Amino acid sequence: MTDALLDVEDLKVTFSGRGRPVRAVDGVSYSVYPGQTLAIVGESGSGKTVSCRAVMGLLPRTAAITGSAAFAGRQLIGLSDEQLRRHRGADIAMVFQDPSRSLNPTMRVGSQIAEAVRAHRPVSKPQAREHAVDLLRLVRIPLPERRFEEYPHQLSGGMRQRVMIAIALACRPRLLIADEATTALDVTTQAQIMELLLELQGELGMALMLISHDLALAASYADEVIVMYAGRIVEQAPASRLFSRVRMPYTQALLEAIPRLEHPAHAPLPVIGGRPPDLSALPPGCSFAPRCRYAADDCRATEPPLAEHEPGHRWACWHPVQGGPPAMGPAGEDRGAA
Amino acid sequence: MTSAEPLLSVRDLVHQFHTYAGTVQAVSGVSFDVYPGETLGIVGETGSGKSTLARAVLQAPRPTSGSVTFRGTDLTTLHGTPLLQVRRHLQMVFQDPFGSLDPKWTVRNLVAEPLIAYRTGDRAARRERVDEVLELVGLDPAIHGRRRPRELSGGQAQRVAIARAVALSPALLICDEPVSSLDVLIQAQVLNLFERLRTELGLSYLFIAHDLALVKQVSDRVAVMYLGKLCEVGPGETVYREPLHPYTRALLDSVPDTTPGAGRATVTISGEPPSPIHPPSGCRFRTRCPRAAERCAVEEPPMRELASGHAVACHFPLVEEAALVEEAAEHEGVPAARATSRSDEKI
Repeated sequence: MTDALLDVEDLKVTFSGRGRPVRAVDGVSYSVYPGQTLAIVGESGSGKTVSCRAVMGLLPRTAAITGSAAFAGRQLIGLSDEQLRRHRGADIAMVFQDPSRSLNPTMRVGSQIAEAVRAHRPVSKPQAREHAVDLLRLVRIPLPERRFEEYPHQLSGGMRQRVMIAIALACRPRLLIADEATTALDVTTQAQIMELLLELQGELGMALMLISHDLALAASYADEVIVMYAGRIVEQAPASRLFSRVRMPYTQALLEAIPRLEHPAHAPLPVIGGRPPDLSALPPGCSFAPRCRYAADDCRATEPPLAEHEPGHRWACWHPVQGGPPAMGPAGEDRGAA
Repeated sequence: MTSAEPLLSVRDLVHQFHTYAGTVQAVSGVSFDVYPGETLGIVGETGSGKSTLARAVLQAPRPTSGSVTFRGTDLTTLHGTPLLQVRRHLQMVFQDPFGSLDPKWTVRNLVAEPLIAYRTGDRAARRERVDEVLELVGLDPAIHGRRRPRELSGGQAQRVAIARAVALSPALLICDEPVSSLDVLIQAQVLNLFERLRTELGLSYLFIAHDLALVKQVSDRVAVMYLGKLCEVGPGETVYREPLHPYTRALLDSVPDTTPGAGRATVTISGEPPSPIHPPSGCRFRTRCPRAAERCAVEEPPMRELASGHAVACHFPLVEEAALVEEAAEHEGVPAARATSRSDEKI
């Protein structure tokens, strides 16, 4: 394999406000390769977004970051805002969940794209405008010259997200991070945007990182999937392998809890009780043990390390799920208020 | 499942909003029935009018025209106290539980509020009822009863909203995207709770969401909505296995799948839904439909039943009537010999 574009090594993020420090990300390591699509999947509070923002230097000052994140060999952690600005946009760009919050409602969308172009390149205003129209065309917006003059409220959610992607692509980044970029969109629009992202990835040779809570989305579009729980990576494998040979009980629980079209109506969904642990008071051993149906004494005593147990497949579990396709377990207790 | 008398009967419901830009045709002539103990799911994308439909059923605000008959009474003709008296049997659960719960109130008071509003029982009886419904939705009255909304997780807050809705023992629960803001594991818990309440309390549901798989999971029948109109109604299993409307097929094909080897979801329709201020003439889906012909622009397709309980509003449905009848006969005779090739056809 070629050299990694982004190499994250033992990344830890701790928020220390009032009270006990909160360990939001706890020793995360992964690599992103050129042209690859990597998905990071997890529930709210699993650390998926925080770990990416730490790399981009987008966390508040209360966050203590340790570990390393090297982009094309250059260390990003510890850089000043000034130094990071050279990487943001030009090397790594980000698209967020809610396009209407990221766009300025009082500015024409074209000007906002042109602004992004001029922020990174010494071009004249007419040149920037031309470039912005090209970008609108690149993200398949019909009638780009006309859309250039419009305001965000005149566009639909899907169109606004295309504008955000155009802004993110203004400097042809080598890595695009899509943080829940399609979560607020309808399924048909989501399919359009995902298809667009993958096409652009091919055209521009970018690496793509999808941050999402949606395992199905990851399964459909990513090459490699990382599953996070309570600030740690608990399983990582190529998408095709992860969904046919799930090993980590948490991933299995996530997969089983998704309503599926093939299932008969009214059949209870297999669910696990409880909630993710308090990140300021993590239990000893495996963080998932209190909710795990396979948990034994060793799980509560010693934390299982994340290790490559099978070629290309890493997991952190003492008692992994055995065998082929995930068995549909018995319906769990549905009282989640433990 | 379908006893003779529907619990809720909606006919030709129209809801328009007047804006500076023109009149928004949010709901344009929607008709459906919900039978006792039944769950009718409504699937639609942003702007399809599904939330407006939910509110129009409750007369909040009142629809522009059409009728909403609940247990034989037309709600559109009721005002004041008689309307309030009927409304206690129709309760609603919204998407954002934190938006529908007063942040300053305790859980106990939040659940007691509807009981007080309808003057049910004395203090002691209400106390007992609050304990009962909190237990029912899986919350501990002793622990969670004294908390305030900000001390609850999203799933717990939604349980409180559901407890409020069922406190008055309603007959019908209208749920508008009730689990969209929850994580998948919590979402599954709440969906199972809805199922349990259905069997334990004999509730009927009007279940509205954008996620087809989720709607199918809880529904007996599924209705698909596009730009203010229903385009297909039928038993959930049939709509999924043999969609008749091109839009339903597009929705089904857009759903990402975790089945190993399923491959990518495909882009099935291009473009954006047209503005509900100027909806297309004839069939409203025709501007994005791969099967659209001249007739679709001129003539609005009426809702017609092509198989038992399975109706579609389309001039060129994916499967024609004759084929469906043939197949039904075949299905009854030799179930194993059912042809599947037809449903593989891509649009």
